[in-house]
Amino acid sequence: MKSWLLTKDHKRIAVLYLATVTLFFFLGGAFATLIRVELLTPQGGLVSSETYNKLFTMHGVTMVFFFLIPSIPATLGNFFLPLMIGARDLAFPRINLLSWYLLVIGGLLALFAMLAGGVDTGWTFYTPYSTTYSNSWVIATALGIFVAGFSSILTGLNFIVTVHRMRAPGMTWFRMPLFVWSMYATSLIQVLGTPVLAVTLVLVFCERVFHIGIFDPALGGDPVLFQHLFWFYSHPAVYIMVLPGMGVISEVISVFSRKSVFGYAFVAFSSVAIAVLGFLVWGHHLFVSTQSVYAGMVFSFLSYFVAIPSAIKVFNWTATLYKGSISFATPMLYAFGFIGLFTIGGLTGLFVASLGIDVHVTDTYFVIAHFHYIMVGGTIMAYMAGMHYWWPKMTGRMYPEGWAKLSALVIFLGFNLTFFPQFILGYLGMPRRYHVYPDEFQVLHVLSTAGASVLAVGYLMPMIYFIWSLRYGALAPANPWGATGLEWKTASPPPVHNFDEAPVVTHEAYDYSTVMGEVIEVG
Amino acid sequence: MGSLPLFPEQASTIAPEVDHLLYYLLTVAVFFTLLIFGAIFYFAIRYRRRSERELPHVIHGGLTLEVLWSVIPFGLTMVMFSWGASIFFTESRPPADALQIYAVGKQWMWKLQHLEGQREINELHIPMGRAVRLTMTSEDVIHSFFVPAFRTKEDVVPGRYSTTWFQPTKPGKYHLFCAEYCGTNHSRMIGWIYVMEPRDYENWVSGGGPTGSLADEGGRLFESLACSNCHKPDGSGRCPNLVGLFGRIVQLSNGSTVVADEAYIRESILQPTAKIVAGYQPLMPTFQGLVTEEGVLELVEYIKSLGPKPGAPAGANVPVVVPHQQ
Ligand code: HEC
Ligand code: HEM
Ligand SMILES: [Cu+2]
Ligand SMILES: [Cu+2]
Repeated sequence: MKSWLLTKDHKRIAVLYLATVTLFFFLGGAFATLIRVELLTPQGGLVSSETYNKLFTMHGVTMVFFFLIPSIPATLGNFFLPLMIGARDLAFPRINLLSWYLLVIGGLLALFAMLAGGVDTGWTFYTPYSTTYSNSWVIATALGIFVAGFSSILTGLNFIVTVHRMRAPGMTWFRMPLFVWSMYATSLIQVLGTPVLAVTLVLVFCERVFHIGIFDPALGGDPVLFQHLFWFYSHPAVYIMVLPGMGVISEVISVFSRKSVFGYAFVAFSSVAIAVLGFLVWGHHLFVSTQSVYAGMVFSFLSYFVAIPSAIKVFNWTATLYKGSISFATPMLYAFGFIGLFTIGGLTGLFVASLGIDVHVTDTYFVIAHFHYIMVGGTIMAYMAGMHYWWPKMTGRMYPEGWAKLSALVIFLGFNLTFFPQFILGYLGMPRRYHVYPDEFQVLHVLSTAGASVLAVGYLMPMIYFIWSLRYGALAPANPWGATGLEWKTASPPPVHNFDEAPVVTHEAYDYSTVMGEVIEVG
Repeated sequence: MGSLPLFPEQASTIAPEVDHLLYYLLTVAVFFTLLIFGAIFYFAIRYRRRSERELPHVIHGGLTLEVLWSVIPFGLTMVMFSWGASIFFTESRPPADALQIYAVGKQWMWKLQHLEGQREINELHIPMGRAVRLTMTSEDVIHSFFVPAFRTKEDVVPGRYSTTWFQPTKPGKYHLFCAEYCGTNHSRMIGWIYVMEPRDYENWVSGGGPTGSLADEGGRLFESLACSNCHKPDGSGRCPNLVGLFGRIVQLSNGSTVVADEAYIRESILQPTAKIVAGYQPLMPTFQGLVTEEGVLELVEYIKSLGPKPGAPAGANVPVVVPHQQ
């Protein structure tokens, strides 16, 4: 126990993170379940409006700040970034441990707020509701997010320094696996964006506690200023949530089609382009917030620039399959699911970036559906792809293939049944964050709740068989998938110092001829 | 349960335009979804792994392809941008002859005021075929005025005026929703828009309010709040004359100028020291807390009624300045 809580080994810290974010995922999932059950009926009989508002707020806060943002970077990134570049650990192992503690402390603060009575502002904390009107645990929750933010900043710093300083001999920038590129881009956003969120939360604190007029017009403040500050962080934050997933998909698609990723440099640079451009589009969340017409136009225009690098990635992944040797192993099924759902999420992003459409669909279920296609359909599918792909390396055990394939299918179907009806609901005009709603929306809500139950089963399955496999799974060889990354050149699970012999890199990433014996050439 | 609507009603001039843009977006989205799904299925099956030892030829990529699949989508998105922006531009420009109505949002109800003096709560009666311009503000937190059948939405923000407009094309009863989360009963901050035949509307509105028109009401407030002690109709004393103020360009003591629109008049009443008229002393007390947002709107309407800007078209309440334009 003590050896775990004081460990400086990036692999063990990754496992600590994995346990932590999994707990938060199930907590957020429990809130989502209650939301969906409540929405079965239009009158809202299950819980009171106050409780409903707390449920969707705590669902959003938990899922965004305590699950999705740390998910891939802090677990898979922590475990594999050093291994993939041939390093013995991250640059600052103690700081790495500190960032886990910060996440736990932040999480406990938020949890305390939830148990003490909950918070009802929405995860977006819009002012002046959050600073003057809400009678709920705003400060404790904001403090929790503030502390967790430092965890995110420190992890980002650690990754950036590690990539710059700790690459193995021969591991040039353009030999780095694409997962490392995406972690690097993500870290840039974490380090540059998160401080703005921290400052914003401090300002909310000052106004709520000391009544210093910043956002509340009754105190001489400007309520829309908050939205600018909040989205200046939170739009880039959606890329904190999705770039790591894109990195995972690049790895998985390559290995399971045994081909180098088509357009490696384009995929790598599109990550960096997304990270940079992501900072210029926050105003697309404010099209109807009394922002000037011309500001609206500029932000709409710029938003389409961010869409292009994402499209480039989807095309390149698809082209990677061409004349490949395609395996249908579980990680690949999840990756296919990712591409499909991310494509739909991304394309509907074009809808909401178009001013004429967004005026109608903003703050409706259309937006809920859009961001769930990206965050759940995209990132969580990628996370699952990565978990299955690297599970043998992390634990030394194989998971049961049949069950795993089934879970990928169940999640894909359940997801679409849950969230596709919400696009229709949104265009019909069903506003988000509504506890009671007009009768005519009920059928679509019932479909969505039915889908959510399927989805819940899909998420519980891996939970069970992963734990099962820790004891009963077949022993994993060092390189079960015939992958090229350095992480596969050491034992499963890797020794404490990662490599018995310091690796030297002589090839570009994804050169499969180096890991196969006798081959049959195809294509 | 039972009914399963799939598409919202079209009841304003802008609604079909928004829907046409939607059809374009849907076409592009369906095309690319089918393209990607189709390609994945085809490649996955056509190139499935037949032997554990097979090794595909290396393909590094192709510049032509990269350029093509960046430029073509970019072109398609620029259509989305300009089409969407042009609708948005129309939405932000109420026609000059629009019917003026005021809305105040508060936790958790909509209060609507007609110039003739009618007040409504969570209901709004408007005539078909005529453009309606709403000037809105909130007494507490941010709300959002959303009418799905009109495809319009605009936030209602405390401390400022926002505007939206629509021209109904079909008589009927349509949902009004608050679309910005505003606390416990956000989902009950809903109402109905009644679009009436113009003749029915005339009958409905000609009754007037129980206490006269909005401007009359404002006039009474002007007396009871003792504005009239300082602001004399003949401009005597140490206070500016308010006749003909609305729409005029006001010279300020710091050298800059400002157009006297609704927002300026509101600010003059609630934060009189924020902008001082050139040649006057900051003597005016603040009325913050003494007058409600509805009262301020009545005062604004009264000041508007004191006379149009010289040279403006006759017919009084023509909004000369649209706040959105700055
Ligand atoms: C104590 C005298 C006093 C009272 C009472 C008073 N005002 Fe004023 N008001 C002034 C003075 C002096 C100015 C010019 C200096 C300034 O800009 O504040 C002024 C300016 C204004 C202006 C801007 C005029 C312009 O030409 O730009 C408006 C509008 C206005 N007042 C409306 C009102 C209303 C409505 C009330 C009642 C609710 C009111 N005032 C009560 C003294 C007063
Ligand atoms: C897995 C099943 C899930 C279901 C059934 C579900 C359901 C919902 C529903 C119904 C809402 C709308 C609540 C409302 O505004 O009235 C919502 C909001 C939201 N969900 Fe989920 N969700 C799920 C998973 C996730 C995950 C994994 C994330 C992580 C990113 C997430 C992030 C959000 C966010 C950010 C909001 C907005 C919260 C807010 O408006 O403040 N959801 N979800
Ligand atoms: Cu955004
Ligand atoms: Cu509301």
